[in-house]
Amino acid sequence: MIRKLEGRTWKFGDNINTDLMIPSFALAEPEEKQPKYCFSANRPGWVDLVKPGDILVAGNNFGTGSSRPGAKVLKSLGIICLLAESINGLFLRNCVNYGLPALPCPGVFSSFNEGDIASVQLEEGKVVNLNSGRVLATTALPNMLLEILAAGGIVPLLEGKGLLDKAR
Amino acid sequence: MSSGMTMSEKILARHSQRKEVRTGDLVECDISAAVVLEIDFSLFPWPRKVWDPDRVWLVADHAIPAPTITVANDLVRLRQFARKAGIKNLIDVGRHGISHVTLSERGAILPGEILANDDSHTAAVGALNCAGRGMGALDMLYILCIGRTWFPVGPTVRFIVDGKMPPGVYARDIIHYVAGKYGAFPNHNVEWFGSAIQEMDMSGRFTIATMCAEISADFALFECDETTLNYLKKRPQHPFEPVAPDADAKYKATYHIDVSNLEPQIALPDSVPNNIKTISEVKGIKIDQAYIGSCANSRLEDIKVAAEIVRGHEIAPWVRFIITPGSQATYLEAVEAGYVATLVRGGAVVTNSTCGACFGGSMGLIGEGETCISAGTRNFKGRMGSLNSRIFLGSPAVVAASAIKGEIADPRDI
Ligand code: SF4
Repeated sequence: MIRKLEGRTWKFGDNINTDLMIPSFALAEPEEKQPKYCFSANRPGWVDLVKPGDILVAGNNFGTGSSRPGAKVLKSLGIICLLAESINGLFLRNCVNYGLPALPCPGVFSSFNEGDIASVQLEEGKVVNLNSGRVLATTALPNMLLEILAAGGIVPLLEGKGLLDKAR
Repeated sequence: MSSGMTMSEKILARHSQRKEVRTGDLVECDISAAVVLEIDFSLFPWPRKVWDPDRVWLVADHAIPAPTITVANDLVRLRQFARKAGIKNLIDVGRHGISHVTLSERGAILPGEILANDDSHTAAVGALNCAGRGMGALDMLYILCIGRTWFPVGPTVRFIVDGKMPPGVYARDIIHYVAGKYGAFPNHNVEWFGSAIQEMDMSGRFTIATMCAEISADFALFECDETTLNYLKKRPQHPFEPVAPDADAKYKATYHIDVSNLEPQIALPDSVPNNIKTISEVKGIKIDQAYIGSCANSRLEDIKVAAEIVRGHEIAPWVRFIITPGSQATYLEAVEAGYVATLVRGGAVVTNSTCGACFGGSMGLIGEGETCISAGTRNFKGRMGSLNSRIFLGSPAVVAASAIKGEIADPRDI
């Protein structure tokens, strides 16, 4: 079971791509430094404002681009959930795999002003804007994906099954 | 009675051991082959045991030979892992190439199969009637352990491309035209039919399938025909079974395209979908660099087009013209055919085969305020270097013509 997720929202538009989350030049930096470049091209300064427990609300095709681990960067910045009109297929995989709850939710973009508090019930596919009281019902994620999310992502899941080497 | 299935649906049904799959299903499929790139081994803990070492290909392609210590260390781990897991299919420096190019050259994946690869341009193998889709590093970890993964079944659309390709116009222009006119197809499969596709060589089909990643498609499938089988004949094979769409397959939409009057199509900087102009609208824009390479356009046919345009000309003195063959095998063929000599004589740089400039990786970066005309895959802001640079995309013919003129140029004018 995944607990009910609640947090302050940040809004992003359509087609937010993975190069914006991890610019090419940041790939050369050590992993722990990469998050500070997140959205530096489209929203400089945002990484200093985002707080652990925040939620992203976005437009269509969020996460288009490459397989670089943008979901991991968002998670390490403390984002607890991604809600978007639609989510790029590869990016949704990455979110689930890194244990970042992500839900495609048509109508979400116009239902939130930035800063509104969102409450998300993943198993039911229910999203509520606690400021306006508006309720959005969307399709819940399939069980297979909820299980990976509940385990905390792929690594804990495989670890639990004893399939990973402890030390290299 | 239910209706028939598209090629994408048939492959997913076959590999999930189901009679049928439908849009909206989530299916768990066995994987025919898995590609893991050098960078992954620093991203995740290692599996205790690999599900089937003979189906795994370890590929060093993004920036090799190693330009930095980080990459050198990734390569150390790649080789260590190959030894530990007993994986013979190690594509390392000297026999290397971009995974999407070199795997098809080696017959690693065949029609009707599913390829998993931790790279967003994996749809490229759709040219071979094989379902490939970009994955993340952790998907690959799961597959290395278990040999299976999940796919949501998206709706399928089809493009029927008819007409005779005019001179100076290539497969690259078709996919740009589609991206300009119809935009992106996120979470959709796209399938390609029509007389212009039937007449297209494998190189052109690979270009289109690869660029389907830029319109955010999932699978991008072509039928397996004579051209496909002739291509495969020259390579090692194992038994395979192609898929064709059912006569009553349900496509969400069908788009008809006539290429007879198509002009070269150029993607303007920063994105491909809904961002295309014809060459006549953009020619004359001054360039600093011209690049032919990447999994979209680095095959022998692409290098040949460039060499034929450059023959007897000089590259404009202010332009760096970089050509990166997609694999060592292609590189050798280009040398033997004399294309490399022609290009170098004209003032171009023919580099070692790697992703390289395509993602601003190991070489060929562009600086502040510079403009590049590229046959690479992507034109995202900063993709090839400075955030204040511009990348226009066009066919190898457009790139070669532009390199000579020093500005975006129409290959039909050379
Ligand atoms: S050539 Fe470019 S698009 Fe293709 S795999 Fe390499 S970096 Fe990615």
